[in-house]
Amino acid sequence: MAWDESQPMVSINDVHKSFGELKVLNGVSFDVMKREVICIIGPSGSGKSTLIRCVNALNTIDKGSITVQGQEVHDPKLDKLELRKKVGMVFQQYNLFPHKTALENVMMAPTHVLKQDKAEVEERAYKLIKKVRLDGKERSYPGELSGGQQQRVAIARSLAMNPDVMLFDEVTAALDPETVKEVLVTIQELAEDGMTCMLVTHEMGFARELADHIYFTDRGIIVEHGPPVTFFTDAKDPRTKEFLSQIL
Amino acid sequence: MEAFFEWFRALYEQSGWNFVFIYEQYERERFITAMWTTIKLSIYCLLFSLVVGVVGAWAQGAKSAIVRNVMAGYIQVFRNTPPLVQILFFYFVLGTGLDRAGLMPTYDAGGYLEPMLGAFGWAVISLSFFAGAFNVEIFRSGIEAVPESTVEAAEALGYSRLMAYIYVVLPLAFRVSLPALNNNLVNLIKTTTLAYVIAVPEMMYTANQIWSDNVNVPEMMIVLFIFYVGLVAILVYFMHKWEHAMRIPGYGT
Ligand SMILES: Nc1ncnc2c1ncn2[C@@H]1O[C@H](COP(=O)(O)OP(=O)(O)OP(=O)(O)O)[C@@H](O)[C@H]1O
Ligand SMILES: [Mg+2]
Repeated sequence: MAWDESQPMVSINDVHKSFGELKVLNGVSFDVMKREVICIIGPSGSGKSTLIRCVNALNTIDKGSITVQGQEVHDPKLDKLELRKKVGMVFQQYNLFPHKTALENVMMAPTHVLKQDKAEVEERAYKLIKKVRLDGKERSYPGELSGGQQQRVAIARSLAMNPDVMLFDEVTAALDPETVKEVLVTIQELAEDGMTCMLVTHEMGFARELADHIYFTDRGIIVEHGPPVTFFTDAKDPRTKEFLSQIL
Repeated sequence: MEAFFEWFRALYEQSGWNFVFIYEQYERERFITAMWTTIKLSIYCLLFSLVVGVVGAWAQGAKSAIVRNVMAGYIQVFRNTPPLVQILFFYFVLGTGLDRAGLMPTYDAGGYLEPMLGAFGWAVISLSFFAGAFNVEIFRSGIEAVPESTVEAAEALGYSRLMAYIYVVLPLAFRVSLPALNNNLVNLIKTTTLAYVIAVPEMMYTANQIWSDNVNVPEMMIVLFIFYVGLVAILVYFMHKWEHAMRIPGYGT
């Protein structure tokens, strides 16, 4: 059955995951619709990164199901390239390719993986770099850029694959407070363009402003969730309350 | 040119310093051939040892335990035996063995059959495996220096493991490896002199022949010395240029 926009873009159903003895995810379920922005928050070690990494198959799952546009991610016969064309990911530590310039970082995957025409990719890469407000830095190497600039290159690099969903794993956690803003603005613009986004974040102000829905995880389950208005003002679970009182 | 040659003939007659390979045409020709043989031997060994290094480092990360164990065995054997013994072993044991078993292909060298792989070929093989064993280790430590998270970022962009290896891991590992590689390749050039034991007509072997015929050991030693200083200097020069060209602005040191 073909996927259409009335169905969830990403659907997570009763996902379980252990690393050896350690149970990290204990039955997580939720859906993300197209154009939705969802934030996952929760204490350190509660499985946020693990969950988000399962969505693009960087981690496998033990039980349950995750679909992206109706396609099962945890199928042994999964075409990983097909999945990763749909799902882009940005990491906390940027993870740019240090031996390539900003422009080349953006161009690499479309030329190597999708075998697209180089001139065409280059044109698009210039536009993406402009979009993340780094025009003029095309020829700089990652080592010559600030953390915030590197992170924006990483976002542009991911966007060059034309994904339908973007995953962000604490992408501002390694940045100075001053540079956090420039990255958040980039993500906000992306969300306003209608990109489906799943973010793990500790930026509560940002989550409140931008998210359509917030999920609070603790010890591998979703303890509480809701739209920001109710989530921040009307949390019911004691764990959520405690976490919010510490962080706000 | 003639005057230059004659100057050395005069030098010999007046002082006894006999640089015969300059003024005698026959000696000069075999001397030049020897230089080329050493240079060719060095270049082939450099290239093959790099191939052995890259493929070996890849094989060391293989899923199959058999492949990994074979690699580990190869490295232990070649690092822990003298290269002189290796070259003799390759030539006399493997070469003779293949000949006797009738497995060595031959070619027609104007009326008589020559084995495809002569002394030169065996020298290239044995020295490449010798230097290659070190290159594997050098590349492996370079590969280990590439963070797993960088590879993961490539995979998240749709790269397969192999493509991530080619486009991301190797270029980074290479840069990390260059200083150690530099040392090992200099070592390799020095080790090519061992080819003289299986009569490859390279510099060492030919110098020996020339001094046997002309009784001019000190002169030939001086020349050998200068030749290898020059050859190593050229290699080091290019390696440094390469290192410089590969330097990434703002990366590493
Ligand atoms: N590859 C792995 N192997 C073994 N254990 C792992 C692995 N990855 C994560 N874990 C463990 O799983 C648990 C959840 O980790 P995860 O990174 O998902 O937490 P998190 O919610 O993202 O935390 P943080 O806010 O610190 O990033 C942790 O206890 C972690 O040590
Ligand atoms: Mg995390």
